[in-house]
Amino acid sequence: MRDLNVIGKPWPKVDALSKCTGETRYADDLHLPRMLYAKILRSPHAHARIRRIDVSRARAVPGVHAVLTGRDLPTRFGILPVSQDEEALCVEKVRFVGDPVAAVAAVDEWTAEEALRLIEVEYEPLPALLTMEQALAESSVRIHEYGDGPNMHKLVSLEFGDVAEGFAQADYVREDIFFYAGSTHLPLEQHAAVAHYGPDGRLTLWSSTQTPHYVHRALAKVLGLPPHRIRVIATPVGGGFGGKSDPFSHEIVVAKLAMLTGRPVKITLTREEVFYVHRGRHPVLMWIKTGVRRDGTITAMHVRSFLDGGAYGSYGVATTYYTGALQTVTYKIPRYKFEGVRVFTNKPPCGPKRGHGTPQPRFALEVHLDKIAEDLGLDPVEMRRRQIVEAPSLTVNWLRISSCGLRACIDRVVEASGFREKFRRLPFGRGVGFACSAYLSGAGLPIYWNDMPHSGVQIKIDREGGVTVFCGSADIGQGSDSILAYIVAEILGILPEDVRVVTADTDLTPVDLGSYSSRVTVMAGNAAVEAAERLRHLLFRAAAERLDVPEDQLLARGRRIFDRADPDRGLDFAEAAQLAEARFGTLGAVGSYTPPKPLGRYKGAGVGPSPSYSYSACVAQVSVDPETGFVRVEKIWIAHDIGRAINPRLVEGQIHGSVYMGLGEALMEEQTFRSRLGVHTAPSMLDYKSPTTWEMPEVECFLIETDDPHGPFGAKEAGQGPLLPIPPAIANAVYDAVGVRIDELPITPEKVLKGLEDKARGGSGRIGPTSIPSLAWPEPIRVEPPPEWRSLGDLT
Amino acid sequence: MEKHLITLKVNGELHTLAVPVFKTLLEVLREDLNLTGTKHGCELGECGACTVLVDGEPVLSCLVLPIELQGREILTIEGLMERGRPHPLQQAFAEMGAAQCGYCTPGVVLSAKALLDRNPTPTRQEIAEALSGNLCRCTGYIQILEAVERAAAQLRDVRSAATDGR
Ligand code: FES
Ligand code: FES
Repeated sequence: MRDLNVIGKPWPKVDALSKCTGETRYADDLHLPRMLYAKILRSPHAHARIRRIDVSRARAVPGVHAVLTGRDLPTRFGILPVSQDEEALCVEKVRFVGDPVAAVAAVDEWTAEEALRLIEVEYEPLPALLTMEQALAESSVRIHEYGDGPNMHKLVSLEFGDVAEGFAQADYVREDIFFYAGSTHLPLEQHAAVAHYGPDGRLTLWSSTQTPHYVHRALAKVLGLPPHRIRVIATPVGGGFGGKSDPFSHEIVVAKLAMLTGRPVKITLTREEVFYVHRGRHPVLMWIKTGVRRDGTITAMHVRSFLDGGAYGSYGVATTYYTGALQTVTYKIPRYKFEGVRVFTNKPPCGPKRGHGTPQPRFALEVHLDKIAEDLGLDPVEMRRRQIVEAPSLTVNWLRISSCGLRACIDRVVEASGFREKFRRLPFGRGVGFACSAYLSGAGLPIYWNDMPHSGVQIKIDREGGVTVFCGSADIGQGSDSILAYIVAEILGILPEDVRVVTADTDLTPVDLGSYSSRVTVMAGNAAVEAAERLRHLLFRAAAERLDVPEDQLLARGRRIFDRADPDRGLDFAEAAQLAEARFGTLGAVGSYTPPKPLGRYKGAGVGPSPSYSYSACVAQVSVDPETGFVRVEKIWIAHDIGRAINPRLVEGQIHGSVYMGLGEALMEEQTFRSRLGVHTAPSMLDYKSPTTWEMPEVECFLIETDDPHGPFGAKEAGQGPLLPIPPAIANAVYDAVGVRIDELPITPEKVLKGLEDKARGGSGRIGPTSIPSLAWPEPIRVEPPPEWRSLGDLT
Repeated sequence: MEKHLITLKVNGELHTLAVPVFKTLLEVLREDLNLTGTKHGCELGECGACTVLVDGEPVLSCLVLPIELQGREILTIEGLMERGRPHPLQQAFAEMGAAQCGYCTPGVVLSAKALLDRNPTPTRQEIAEALSGNLCRCTGYIQILEAVERAAAQLRDVRSAATDGR
């Protein structure tokens, strides 16, 4: 690799000291003069019609400045153009316990709360559909009027090549059913927003959001304001994980309240509200059928997924496709069929959580392959390793693989963990499990259809050589601001500390679509590369003239620009900047990035394509107490194909965080509701179990660098992919330890005990769902595979 | 709303305030003293984000009333810097990547400070134990534990340098 000065080194993040000293101002830390506080009244019913709302008593409370109901904000919104199904405050109907109904702005939170208690709402309860089975069966009760069928938000059926032909070539076919429970992001920071409406008719919203650009659009739509009069500033996000990626009711409500009262208004959700606002992991029931040759070579795969979407659309259409799209990017699958349905239920809406729709099918696939390997007496590692996708290549569903380090990932973790020596050989109660995965580095298409770049960066250089980078990206703790600084510093030959980063402000920064789908390093990074190279070109031209050295012989490094043949011959960076400004005028440059066009030409082809895919392989070692059923993860070995680590410490931090979150989902985290009422069973940080320092195992990370051709300096994503192999690796390890298959996450002690009891009684010891709802799947859209997959001649 | 006059010593400074009796220390710090470095994730004593030190001991500021704390030394994250210089713990957290979103960080750093003050050579197990009441959703705790170890080593160096110099 090129000789790099900044890239590849463990620099502290640009905002690290502010965060460690309490300087960083999160949304709830903002305080504006004359600020009012808002509170939202939420529905106590899972499903009901709103007959009447009387706010007169609330309005009369001293200190109350405004009260809003749905009629004040009737325009619907939603993150996806095809699912504009939310109201800032419900107009006619509530669809889950927690749906917003009315809002108050008052001099303080207590007064606002008191006023909420005085709002009278008359509800006409409707039958609550709390499970997918109920929602699919009760076609007379409709949660929404739109969708692909009664209470079916989205129904998908795609077939790539003829799966029957693939299954006919198999020596062995296996079917399994799995369930992956819903879980929530539980960011440590509760959502908060502050709105200010000035006498000039301009609205400013500060919000803890991952997607300021989409919030900007939603505000303009619902408030009916021209977008240029709205400014959205994403404050540093105190934990997102996908949970702050939708435009939210409370953001619109404070904006409207600020407009009505002429005073700034703040809202901070309570922790309980955060649980209800949700947008977390979809509970997904999955059926998977795979045909293989005797040696384990996959000939065909058929996947069905049932997503419990909750009450609104959110990102659900994309989530539905994601439960089917990425199975093909790890192993060669020559024939593939996917059927998926997202069902509306009267529960808090699900949305994107780290891994967005892919951890569930990844869990299913990797446990299913483990079972197939065992059935055929094959080594589970070798079976997978032999059929890893090639790079470059196209998958059967037209996804473009540009680089793949999965083989190296596998070899590293298998060797480091001693998997081969331990697998099926550890004493009863201890075991190891293996799994692989892949994830996208940014979605190939934007959320609303347009031809513009996905990310823009602007850089200016001042006369003393200070550099400022502007980008719409929102730092949610992953370090995206720092990545911009490192990239620009590398290219301009300065240090990260010389770069000031201004991000996530729709008035000041060029659009970046947001911190979702693991897109920022690749997309904003590429835009930053382009802008910085343009500027360096100007600096080099000016310096070349002054030094009388050909431009292509110059090097920018160590805050200097110099002749690489004669390093003493050079200029200070600031001097070069002054020369360039004198020569070309004010120094600035822009760069932008648009991902390669997706290749698939079928409906649904927009979900899955990405500039590149990251790969991970993982070995988990567990001990299981057969007395209590308690699973302890002793150690995780994980290798991640990062393309290029722009900052290895940050990459490892993302891997650790992903391991942590995968561990939580594998063993304890679960968003559950009381049957009939739809009330959350554990809306507190105490009752909703999440891992503490006690449960976190030792993690050994390996970074595999493959220099992806589409990434800035070859980089790919790190924030989400490493979560994916954790749950299946743990599930496979539990089986290795005690011989019970828990095909339903989370793997709680109760389930393990039930499995052990079943086994003791002569059963299989398998715990998990045994059937899927019967559904009249539509005729699939039949997609011709890319030419290389057309013939099934030789599969090995 | 009935207010009481109280005097609090925060980060070495005395403040006399009129606050409603039910207002928590968390609220008084953030709203009356503008010390917004102290965070909150639940306001119910479940997450540790609001941890401050009272006479050197970690306390969940969302659970205590300031009226009970008159005459005690309260330390918040803002008070940990000396003349604008970050404390070794803050420095180590920044260097090791221990603050991702940073929202848990003030509470974690203060819990760690209480530990190091009473045990300058903690094992990783002891650090994990001392921080088990501080939830972090970003880091998987690993870089946090590493940062505390690093700060502990640095503080020991500083101390032994001071002793040698005597
Ligand atoms: S805010 Fe005090 S413990 Fe969570
Ligand atoms: S760094 Fe985000 S919660 Fe700890």
